[in-house]
Amino acid sequence: MAESIRSDTAALPGFAERHAGTIRMARLYVRTFARNGSAMLGLAVVVLFLVTAAIGPWIVPFPEDATGAIHLDQKLQPPDATHWFGTDEVGNDVFTRVVLGTRVTLQIACIVTGVAMLIGVPLGMIAGFVGGRVQEVIMRITDVFLSVPGLILAIAIVGALGPGIVNAMLALSLVWWPGYVRLVQAKTLSLKNEIYVQAARSMGASKLRIVFVHILPNCTSPIIVKASMDMGMAILGAASLGFLGLGAQPPFPEWGAMISIARTYLPDWWWYSFFPGVAISITVLGFNLLGDGLRDILDPKHRE
Amino acid sequence: MLRFTLKRAVLMVFMLLGLLAITFTISHIAPSDPAALAAGPDANVEMIERYRVEYGLDRPVYEQFVVYLGRLLTGNWGKSIHTTRMVWDDLLAYFPNTVELVLFSILIAIAIGVPLGVIAAVYQNRPVDHMIRILTVTGVAMPMFWLGLMAQLYFALYLEWFPLGGRIEMMTDPPRDITHLLMVDALLQGQFSTFVEALHHIVLPAVALCFPALASIIRVNRAEMLETLNQDYIVNARAQGLSTFRIVAVYALKNAMLPTMAIIGLRFGWMLGGTVLVETVFDWPGIGLYAVQAAISSDFEPIMGATIVLGFFFMMTNFLIDIIYGVLDPRVRDQV
Repeated sequence: MAESIRSDTAALPGFAERHAGTIRMARLYVRTFARNGSAMLGLAVVVLFLVTAAIGPWIVPFPEDATGAIHLDQKLQPPDATHWFGTDEVGNDVFTRVVLGTRVTLQIACIVTGVAMLIGVPLGMIAGFVGGRVQEVIMRITDVFLSVPGLILAIAIVGALGPGIVNAMLALSLVWWPGYVRLVQAKTLSLKNEIYVQAARSMGASKLRIVFVHILPNCTSPIIVKASMDMGMAILGAASLGFLGLGAQPPFPEWGAMISIARTYLPDWWWYSFFPGVAISITVLGFNLLGDGLRDILDPKHRE
Repeated sequence: MLRFTLKRAVLMVFMLLGLLAITFTISHIAPSDPAALAAGPDANVEMIERYRVEYGLDRPVYEQFVVYLGRLLTGNWGKSIHTTRMVWDDLLAYFPNTVELVLFSILIAIAIGVPLGVIAAVYQNRPVDHMIRILTVTGVAMPMFWLGLMAQLYFALYLEWFPLGGRIEMMTDPPRDITHLLMVDALLQGQFSTFVEALHHIVLPAVALCFPALASIIRVNRAEMLETLNQDYIVNARAQGLSTFRIVAVYALKNAMLPTMAIIGLRFGWMLGGTVLVETVFDWPGIGLYAVQAAISSDFEPIMGATIVLGFFFMMTNFLIDIIYGVLDPRVRDQV
């Protein structure tokens, strides 16, 4: 009995040996990434952001302040030991609202980037793989969308649908997808002529199989890099719409919307608009640095 | 070259039609009843029906699109509920202010960005380079509207170096319109105090607006300079004993400027989008503020008008970059 087990394990190589190549690759990635100081800083900021978003409601001192509680006796207090970031015009703790804003911001960024990817990646893949007139149509539409400043188009869409967080997210997604089409189309075009794809086709692999098994996995790294960069940009975009009064509406704890109200309380109650802005800046910075670092490891051309 | 320019121009016309198709879709298909929207919130049933017939909203979609194009071409861009004036007149009044702001801002970005890019490349991986990199990465991460607010707080309210916002003081008579650019008009008519006042007002918004462009210009210029500085002819120039300044400023920079020009053009276009935020913060009477105020009150036609104008100029910028590129680098011409 013991004999047969030993012979079984001897016949099957262990996990480390079966995946030696992958492990070596992963090690190289981790080492390159860890040596890059700014990328590590970005990773740290993003991890902190994610953790805050996850446990926010349990660590904030005044959880009820996120949903429009009113304590007029404590309004517009400067930062002190109880209210680290001060309080706003109805006495809500700004620290609480900034911390809880992480979750809102994360949701917005994920939804906008996710929807943009869901629209853009398949379209880019179809354009690159099918080619011909289909490609022509898809790429021309993409070009038109790319030829208008995104924020303006988003404002136009929100203007049509009416202000609000859902419409703002929809508008941002609708102006965000063209970048993915361009990226994936170019990548698919170049992959289509790779010898291994040709070989798969000549062995009778179906088109669907080629797309999902041979092309899509090779598009993932540029998509991941772009998505990481776009998270930061989407956060800026959503905050901008919130600031203009077209996105999230107060008392929803969204950073841009907070600043939109807070600006009327400048300069005397500066902390009210200062801290949400710092939160946006640090978060966006984190995602940008992370994206830069990921590009360095996933796209060897950019390695210095 | 002529062929190239013509091809680009034709492409641009199609892109413009595409843009109009988007604005058409947004304004005619997205809302539940475009006629009610166009007639405004206080309209009664009769007025809505009159709009429906006037704008051809009772006809098939492609016919409506043709009617829409005809309407735009004849200068009938609708009416703004907010300002109660024709959208076309409003756009004519507000757009020059935006152009002035964006032009001034891109000039600042070039004047600071190009030298900083060169310095970063020459002192690669030294402390100066790292400091410049910190500036560029934080510059793009900070929300422009917040940067503007903080600049107002510190430079306008605390130090009182600059005015809080607006184009000129309320009591000042603006100069007669010649170019519609207020600062240029003031200079042309010799009103130096008005010019200085206008300059005083434009500094803070222009600086707040220039940050993302500044960061891109530095980044691209640095990368291109690094590449050119390693070329053989630079090494040769060095071997011949030319001064470092001459090598960097004349020989290397000239060759690094082409890609930098491209990013400047691209960023100029993006500024047309960012101006919305800065104009809102600084009460700048431009097309962006106009569009936002309209969007908040769901005042439809001004938003579409502003979108078309900004989109058109964004396309124009890209068109011009393409042409300049074609002139400077003949290889580009063959690729179309």
